Amino acid sequence: MTVPKLKLQGVAKHFGHKVVLDGIDLTVGRGESLVVIGGSGTGKSVMLKCVLGLIRPDSGTIEVDGENVVGRRGSARDAYLAKFGMLFQGGALFDSLKVWQNVAFGLIQGRGMKRAEAKEIAIEKLGRVGLKADVGELFPAELSGGMQKRVALARAIATEPEIIFFDEPTTGLDPIMADVINDLIVECVRDLGASTLTITHDMASARKIADKVAMIYKGRIIWSGTRDEVDAADNPYVDQFIHGRAEGPITMDVLKP
Amino acid sequence: MYNPLALVGRATLSFFASAGRLAIFAGNGVQHVVRPPFYPSLIGRQMIAIGYFSLPVVGLTALFTGMVLALQIYIGSSRFNAESAVATIVVIGITRELGPVLTGLMVAGRVSAAMAAELGTMRVTEQIDALTTLSTNPFKYLVAPRLIAATLTLPVLVLIADIIGVMGGYLVGTAKLGFNYGSYLKSTVDFLEPMDVISGLVKAAAFGFLLALMGCYNGYYSKGGAQGVGAATTNAVVSASVLILAANYLITEMFFAS
Repeated sequence: MTVPKLKLQGVAKHFGHKVVLDGIDLTVGRGESLVVIGGSGTGKSVMLKCVLGLIRPDSGTIEVDGENVVGRRGSARDAYLAKFGMLFQGGALFDSLKVWQNVAFGLIQGRGMKRAEAKEIAIEKLGRVGLKADVGELFPAELSGGMQKRVALARAIATEPEIIFFDEPTTGLDPIMADVINDLIVECVRDLGASTLTITHDMASARKIADKVAMIYKGRIIWSGTRDEVDAADNPYVDQFIHGRAEGPITMDVLKP
Repeated sequence: MYNPLALVGRATLSFFASAGRLAIFAGNGVQHVVRPPFYPSLIGRQMIAIGYFSLPVVGLTALFTGMVLALQIYIGSSRFNAESAVATIVVIGITRELGPVLTGLMVAGRVSAAMAAELGTMRVTEQIDALTTLSTNPFKYLVAPRLIAATLTLPVLVLIADIIGVMGGYLVGTAKLGFNYGSYLKSTVDFLEPMDVISGLVKAAAFGFLLALMGCYNGYYSKGGAQGVGAATTNAVVSASVLILAANYLITEMFFAS
């Protein structure tokens, strides 16, 4: 059996008395696209931050290429983070830097590449997501939301990472732009041959980019399967989520009038 | 909930928790200050933001302080016929105390607030997390350049403030109080010792470090959107100002004893 690209086992995290992750088990194979679906506040983002080493889990192991990376710090963490690319929910572009500098950031700062060379690659990556070279000279604040998302995608793929995380890639975009982003994600990932882990609550996006789907609820993975199995899943939680019904086993913490 | 013992306990615990967190933050920051790689262009940009753009406010503060100092000392010293001491006391007061402290406080208001707001916004928009995922240590890239720039720039600012402050005293002394131009300058220089200026510059470096540290610390750990960034900015200025005044006493005590 081949070693999976990314494997989470029993990852748990609590903040104070609130249990956010309650033993997550998850595997992303090589070149595979796993989409984790789940409602707001179910621990999706915390899970991603644990993998990125931004939050340290209380227990459990996170293996990248078969090596446990939990608790790595400093240069050991930088070494495994170099394999990752991440598209943040809000883009998280550096607003003090021009667009091309944003895209080239990982190449210049992380890899020590020369600026001129990095700029060429940045412009090529911008072209890859359908942006002209002159956009590179603008600042992120001068771009629309959809363009910012595309720049963020270009930045995430600029270092040609082996694993890419997408944190709600289509949130806040109109349906057409969301579909454009979905197409770009599928294309870019296929070109790079990267493994991806996406968290989203947008089912249209999940259906488009997923090979496999897992559903997270109350800090646990309660269902997983292939993309085609989602619609036929006889799991009441999954059924409620993908059809977006207010009634069902998942209850939102809202007070009824 | 309202048990007084529990309240005291909770306050004590949270005080020590934040003191410890600040100490770890400062230790981390200093570690990255002394260890390469350095970012000269980032340090340069911060030095311009901290130093050059603070010149007007620091200059005006020093000018009026020097002027009012000359007036007040003249009033006081004339009560026992010691008016000739005005120039000496002005220069010692400015270089030892008022130059560094007032510069530190004014720059804290400008720079700590700006740093806290900038880093706080970067925190809540996940830009700091993004730095980490792009294999760049945020301490190295954001905190260290600010600490270095502020520690190096404040002494220069204070030196300028010293000169402008003495000039303020000179203006009032000669134009209003009837001192002779030459003798005012002569008594300014004659009784000034190198230690007066040096102790002020040492203070300035320490204040620069403290105000950058408080700006970075509060910004780095800010949370909860616009309100959190606002709170971080306020905390940065307040804590930087209080720490500057406390450090001022400690450093003075240190120089005074030797």
